[in-house]
Amino acid sequence: MFDRYMIVGEEFKNVKDGGKVTGFQVGIRLPYYRGVVLSLIGDMVISVDGEKIPTDKMKVTIGGKTLPLSQLEHEPVAKWEFGNTGILTVDKPGGLKAGEHVVEYKQHMKISYVPSGFWGQDKKTLQITD
Amino acid sequence: MAVKNKIKRGVSLYSFQEEYFLRKMNLQDILATVSKLGIQGVEIIGDQMVPAYPDVPEVWYEQWHKWLDQYHLTPTCMDMFLDWNKYTGRVMTDEEKYQSVLKDIKAANRLGCTVIRVITHTEPKLLERLAPEAEKYNVRLGVEIHSPFHFDHEYEKSLLEMYERVKSPFLGFVPDMGIFVKRFPRVISERWVRDGMKPEIAHFVTQVYDTKTGLETMDEQIIKMGGRAEDVGKAGTIRHMVNTDPRRMLDFMPYIFHVHAKFYEMLPECREYSIPYEEIVPVLIEGGYSGYLSSEYEGNRHIQDAFPVDSTEQVRRQHAMFKELLGEA
Repeated sequence: MFDRYMIVGEEFKNVKDGGKVTGFQVGIRLPYYRGVVLSLIGDMVISVDGEKIPTDKMKVTIGGKTLPLSQLEHEPVAKWEFGNTGILTVDKPGGLKAGEHVVEYKQHMKISYVPSGFWGQDKKTLQITD
Repeated sequence: MAVKNKIKRGVSLYSFQEEYFLRKMNLQDILATVSKLGIQGVEIIGDQMVPAYPDVPEVWYEQWHKWLDQYHLTPTCMDMFLDWNKYTGRVMTDEEKYQSVLKDIKAANRLGCTVIRVITHTEPKLLERLAPEAEKYNVRLGVEIHSPFHFDHEYEKSLLEMYERVKSPFLGFVPDMGIFVKRFPRVISERWVRDGMKPEIAHFVTQVYDTKTGLETMDEQIIKMGGRAEDVGKAGTIRHMVNTDPRRMLDFMPYIFHVHAKFYEMLPECREYSIPYEEIVPVLIEGGYSGYLSSEYEGNRHIQDAFPVDSTEQVRRQHAMFKELLGEA
């Protein structure tokens, strides 16, 4: 539905902590036409330059909360509002090299009235500028 | 010239999802636009444009009502979902489902809506138990009849059986006019071609839908024509669309109190490409329907890759058509 808008390139950059690059981040939006509680967010598959990011290396910040992906399924109250951009932060010491990167994002949504839920996906070529 | 009727015109704010998602329009912008288009009724999806739904801050409701007054709009219907799968590892208990929909009923009442579009497959026994609360809050519960389901499907029949027994004016149906797709929407088949399907395959699949012939052998035929597995998957869309007879609504009229006027593409001459409103509206008039025709534009997702989406213009055209079909000056 909103697949082509899932990856928000403006938020793609390396992340520093205490002067050291600890990883990178990218903005993400859900492909669904309504906001949902976090427990309805299924598998998130992210790869950069063809390399899949291990789930335990990622956390997501949405609506002022930062959670490891494994925590999402235990959040039946907190919501991801329709169209809001979340920040996905990837733990990767040294971050990504400056230059072009191909980012792919697949998102499964657990939808009660669609037995198998549905998948959205986006792929964008983005720049790391620093 | 249309026969005298009491049908009202409205729009589901769902129609503006593209602009809202991309933050090109906020809720106030959309309400102002609806007002400018001369449309009175407003339908809203709680989870889409009501922040923090269903735990909505009172201050938000106050602002909502100020806007409705300011733009001279009438709230009509709120669309709910029953997320019975939101507790990982188990499904909601009957009591949790009851409490969830009760919360929706109270929210709809606070929004000023007198109808809730109930998501398909909500159990008849749950709705039966909720009927007294629906009456107390003056909110009618209408289960959406949405493709691939239709009036003659088992679930809808089980609802009708309960409705006939309970006889509550607060229980009924909200048919989505997407159950009357007569011609396959070209916005979908054209998108397939842009996504790499051979034009002759897109044409073939359209023919299968439009003529209701060859569905059994469609998949193998697509492969024979040089199609990809992906093409077979896309073509499967036609199994989720239905082309039923609008006159079937006449048998359900006492239970229909809101209508989703789904559309994919309003042509410049103000006709829908695939859903025959010129056949549907006269049936609603004949049946004495007096609720809203609530626009639901759903073409954005099929054209957004190649064309600018102009939901406002699409809704304008649909209402120009409604005015003509309803005999409004």
